[in-house]
This record gives sequence, C-alpha cells and structure tokens, in this order.
Amino acid sequence: MRFVDEFRDPELGRALAAEIASLAEPGRHYKVMEVCGGHTHSIYKYGIDDLLPDSVELVHGPGCPVCVIPMGRVDDGIAIARRPEVIFTCFGDMMRVPGSEGSLLDAKAAGADVRMVYSPLDALRIAKQNPEREVVFFAIGFETTAPSTALTLGRAKAEGVPNFSCVCNHVTIVPPLRALLESPDLRLDGFIGPGHVSTVVGARPFEFIPADYGKPVVISGFEPLDVLQSIQMILQQLVDDRCQVENQYRRVVPYDGNLRALEVMAEVFQLRPHFEWRGLGFISQSALRLSEAYADLDAERRFDVPGVRVADPKACQCGEVLKGVIKPWECKVFGTACTPERPIGTCMVSPEGACAAYYNYGRLAREREVV
Amino acid sequence: MADAAPTTDREQRVLGIIETARAKRPRFRDERITMSHGAGGKATQTLIEGLLAPAFGIEELADAGEVAGTDVVLTTDSFVVRPLRFPGGSIGELAVNGTVNDLAAAGARPLALTLSLVLEEGLGAEELRAEVDAIATAAESAGVRIVGGDTKVVERGHADGMYVCTTGIGRRDPRAALSPGALRPGDRVLVSGPIGEHGTAIMLARGELGLEAEVESDTRSLWPVADALLEAAGEGLRCMRDATRGGVASVVNELARASGVAVLASERDVPVRPDVAGACELLGIDPMYVANEGKLVACVAPEAADTALEALRTVPGCERAAQVGEVRSEPPGMVLVDTAFGGRRVMDLLAGDPLPRIC
Repeated sequence: MRFVDEFRDPELGRALAAEIASLAEPGRHYKVMEVCGGHTHSIYKYGIDDLLPDSVELVHGPGCPVCVIPMGRVDDGIAIARRPEVIFTCFGDMMRVPGSEGSLLDAKAAGADVRMVYSPLDALRIAKQNPEREVVFFAIGFETTAPSTALTLGRAKAEGVPNFSCVCNHVTIVPPLRALLESPDLRLDGFIGPGHVSTVVGARPFEFIPADYGKPVVISGFEPLDVLQSIQMILQQLVDDRCQVENQYRRVVPYDGNLRALEVMAEVFQLRPHFEWRGLGFISQSALRLSEAYADLDAERRFDVPGVRVADPKACQCGEVLKGVIKPWECKVFGTACTPERPIGTCMVSPEGACAAYYNYGRLAREREVV
Repeated sequence: MADAAPTTDREQRVLGIIETARAKRPRFRDERITMSHGAGGKATQTLIEGLLAPAFGIEELADAGEVAGTDVVLTTDSFVVRPLRFPGGSIGELAVNGTVNDLAAAGARPLALTLSLVLEEGLGAEELRAEVDAIATAAESAGVRIVGGDTKVVERGHADGMYVCTTGIGRRDPRAALSPGALRPGDRVLVSGPIGEHGTAIMLARGELGLEAEVESDTRSLWPVADALLEAAGEGLRCMRDATRGGVASVVNELARASGVAVLASERDVPVRPDVAGACELLGIDPMYVANEGKLVACVAPEAADTALEALRTVPGCERAAQVGEVRSEPPGMVLVDTAFGGRRVMDLLAGDPLPRIC
C-alpha cells in the first residue's frame, strides 16, 4: 500500500532501533510514556516494544477515549438507552464498557435499541430517518473526535432535527497530563505526544511539559517508524541535554492546530467545571458539555439521568494503569477475573486500552522463546 | 534515574496463571445471548465448549461429524446475511458453498444437500427466484444435488428477507486421515489464497462506511482445493479448516489449542489483495480476523509442504496460495505472529466482532 508501507519498512525500523540502543546510556533505564491509546495499539500491533532495547520501557498513558469513561456515565447512557422511544447510538468499543449493571451490549440484548455508528453524522442520519423516535448519540473522545461531534450538532441545529440529541463525554488532553505530572509516584523521562489530538489542538498546548516539568515531548505519528523515530528523538534530547516540544508528525500536525476545528468546538461546547475520569477521579476543567446555544440538543437535559457517581470496582486498578504507575499485568485481576471477554475495567475493553493491548498482543514474556 | 526494569519472573508467573486459566474449558455464564456470541471469537467458543459440547457429550462441536461405523460425514449450517445479494455472491450461493466447504474441509466428498428456507412475509418473488436460481447453479457447479428441503414463512420483521438452513452429506475420502489434534511441531500452515475478501465485501455492501472499493466475496466450493491437497500431501495432510467467520486467525487459534502446539505465523507471507488491505487499514481491522467463504487453511507435514503448495497453486483461483506459518511446540495453544515490521506478538482469538477504531 503506497504511503503506508513506506512507514513500515522493517530495515529502517531495525536501523532506528539500533540508533536508539546506541543513544541509551549504559546502566540507565528510560521510561517513556505514550500518551495516546492509538500509540499503545500501534506499539503492540507491530511488536515495536519487541525491537527496543531492554533499557527503554514504554509506559502507557491515559489517552484512550473509552478507558477514561467512568461507570456512572455508562449507567446514565444505559438509562437513556432503555427508554422505549430512544434509539441509542455510539461507537462500537463503547458498547462493551461495563456499567454498574452490565454494558450497553447487555442492554441491547435485553431489548434496548442500541446501534453502533461509525460517525456522529450516521447518528444524525438515523434521526432523520426515524422522526418518530428520539435518537441519542453518546459522544466520547478527546479533541480528536470532538470536532466531528460539534459539526454534527451544528448541522442538527441548522437543519432543525428535533429528535436528535447528544450525551457529551468529550474530554480534553491537557488537564489529565498536568494531573499526571503532579503525581508524586510518577517517574518518566519523556512523552510521546498524541498525534491525532495534536492535528486539532496543535503542538503549542504541550509547551508546559518541558517548561514547567522539564520533560521532553515529541508529537508522533502512528506508523511504527513514526513511533520509533519519536523515541529516538526523545533520547536524542536527553543526550543533548535539551528539553522541548518537537513535532515528528509534521506531515499532519501544524504547530497551531486546526483553527477551523477549534472554532467549531468553541461554538458548540463549553468547559465543564469538573469531570470524573475513570480511575483518575475528578479533574477540573477537563471535559466539555454543550454550550447554552446548544442546550436543546443536550441529552442530559432532555432526559432524566441518574447522574450518580459509581465507585470503580475495588479490585480494579485502571487508575494506576492509566497513570502508568503499574503495568497491566501487575493489576491484581489482570487476565484472571478481568479479560477482554469479561472486562471489569475499561482498559481491558478498547483495543487502545493498555490492558487489552497487552492481553491480546503482548502476552509473551521476552525471555520466553518460541521453540 | 528511573526505577530498574521490573522483574520478568513476576510477569512470567502472572502469564503462567493466565495460560492455565485459558486452557480450562470455558463455562457459559452469560445471562443473555449478545451479538458477541455469534462473532466466532471467544464468546462463541464459550457458547460451544461451555454449553453445547458438554450437553451432547462430545469433545468439540465441529462443523462436520462422522456417523460412527460408516464413512458418512454430516454437516449442518444456517445462513443469515444482510444484504442478501452482495458483490461476488448472494445468500443462496453462500448456503451451498458453505455447506460443501464444511464437508470438504473434513476431507469428505460432498454428495447431497437438503435445505430449509425461512422466508419473511413481504419478500419479493423476484428476489426469491434469484436466490433459488443461485442455489441451483451453485449446487450444479459444486457437483452436489439438492435432494430435499422445507419452507417456512415468518411474519414481517422476523427475518432479514430470508434465512437458509442446510444439511450436507458426504463420503469421507479414503486418502483423508485428518484431525484437528494432529498438528506436530515442524508442520507448515498453508492458506489457499488472498484472505479477508468476503467479510470486506459484506462490510462495504452494507453501505454504512461510505467507502467504495471493488471487493468481491470469494464464495466458492472448496472441494477441488481439498481434493488437490489430499492427492498431493496424502497422509502428510494433518488437518484442513474453512476460514469463515473469525477469519484465518481464529481457525489457526482453534487448531493450536486442539493440538496443544504453538503456531508462528509470518504476516509478510499472508496474501491480501491491496483493496482489501486498504479497506481494512482505513477501518482499523486486521484482515486475519475477517471472514472468508472460499479459503482453506491446511496444516501439512514439513516433507509434504512443497508438493502440497505446488498442487494448491494449480487449482484455478488458488494461484496465490502461500505458506503462512509453522507449527512449534512452545508456548502450547498460542498463536504468535512475526509482524511485517519485524516485531513478534500474540495473535489471539477476538472477544467479539472486530470493531472499527474510533480515532
């Protein structure tokens, strides 16, 4: 495949891996966090960690849109989905996330009309095709997916589609990163910056990481060579004693982001004073809700939702996994009580979740040879 | 400096516990059937191994089974597909080929089929006629006769136009000595051609993705393919599987588990047409998990591998047959893949349907 295979060249990969090995100071252990779940997925899917020297460890960060949704929000979604007049739409991954009494997939099996969509525009189309039903879109994601939700809401308003509304769970990337960096148990040498989010917000919002916390950031693409090159760039900064935001993903990410997308978001959304993150607790100004101008399209106002905060299951250590404090396999329930077929925590649901990625792809200790 | 690398001993122990848990027969504890139970992954495995097989007192619910004391092989299947017609085929053609292929993969020469049509009130006569013709044509080209059947009509809204249920009967070929538990370290894994075409064609034909590509279903009878393999590899042919739902990855996982061996696949050697690869790439789906309706996965002894592959490539439509992996002894029951990029990872069964990525 042209324009894709070029970024998956195994020889260039080996050369970059060798360069990383030569940059790594002997006796030093490097911990680099990939913020974005898309990177976690790439790292496991291509076996990138398998190519890295033992002294370079990748820590999986909080940037998986499904993983950060707390149980209470899932319960709210299910409460709406169970209403007979509602067609409830969401992305496929979201359907398997456990609430306090089962997932949306379970609610569907029990009779709720839950449909998987690929884009919020599909949900709007369903609303127009079913004027006698209430169509609700359960929006999730960071700034990557928020513009498409905003665009859809803008269109719904302009076209006056009365039976369409949205449960907004959009979150923003900077507050959880700041919360993470404030955490005393965190030991990181640098960050692989989230490429997709940065196509919207740009590289500028990450300047606080080197400025306030003294850690290098390299915004990275998602192909295996992108990820390896970003790791190489982080190590090069450490060797050179530099600390800055660098942009490896220049072919897509402008420094100032996508101004048009940011404008649309500013019109449709406003910051929530605080929002609960799965495993991370409440983080102030970390999520979006619909602005007053779009209040009519806000499903949380249109329907009664329980709005109850549900504590994470005791055994679940998603929070520590999301912060990179423990590795997926160090969680007490990993792979036994919590599996992709029967997830307890969100990290085990999405293919971008650290636990699911490790369980599905990485369950092979490096020392264990294939014979 | 950051902490030292965590001890791999502990990780090793955790992985060991997980492997033990996975090796156990799964229990069916779900409260309701969800769509995951139909996806051919772990939920399907739980349904079959946890509920059906123990109830019937059999080890596994194979696609086809032999009538004890005879060389008669029986198989049964049902076909539910939306849309009924799709590029490269239709439900009628699929029903015949799917049944024939379950027999072929079991090493049985297909002889006859019975079929049952469940029709939805309101189905157009033209559509029905087209499917009946498709069934007749597919049966003729596969060399099987339709010898009986049944029809039922259900109320509007109770079937997607039509469902087709089939039963096939065949005779075990005297050259066949096949068993899913027969894989030995060193054996080679072959596929009969480019993978992922049927599932991709269906996804595109539903028109929900806004993607256009000329991908056609690969539905076809696999008996000529099985016949060529039986002839070329003889007793060196350990086992064959029709890589339908769950794709090649799921079939290889089932075999590794049944034989207590590992399979090491090589992503670079797996044939995938560029348009299928492109569509899967856009959706974030791995073609290894996408359904086929005309691709055989065969495990052959190392000494028979070259002959088998050569014979395979002479069958029309199998020109791109390839060796895609090798059987190893450790770690038992697991499938690993060397990625085209050069890393090595696990290739497991999926929990449910493969889902498109969010962002």
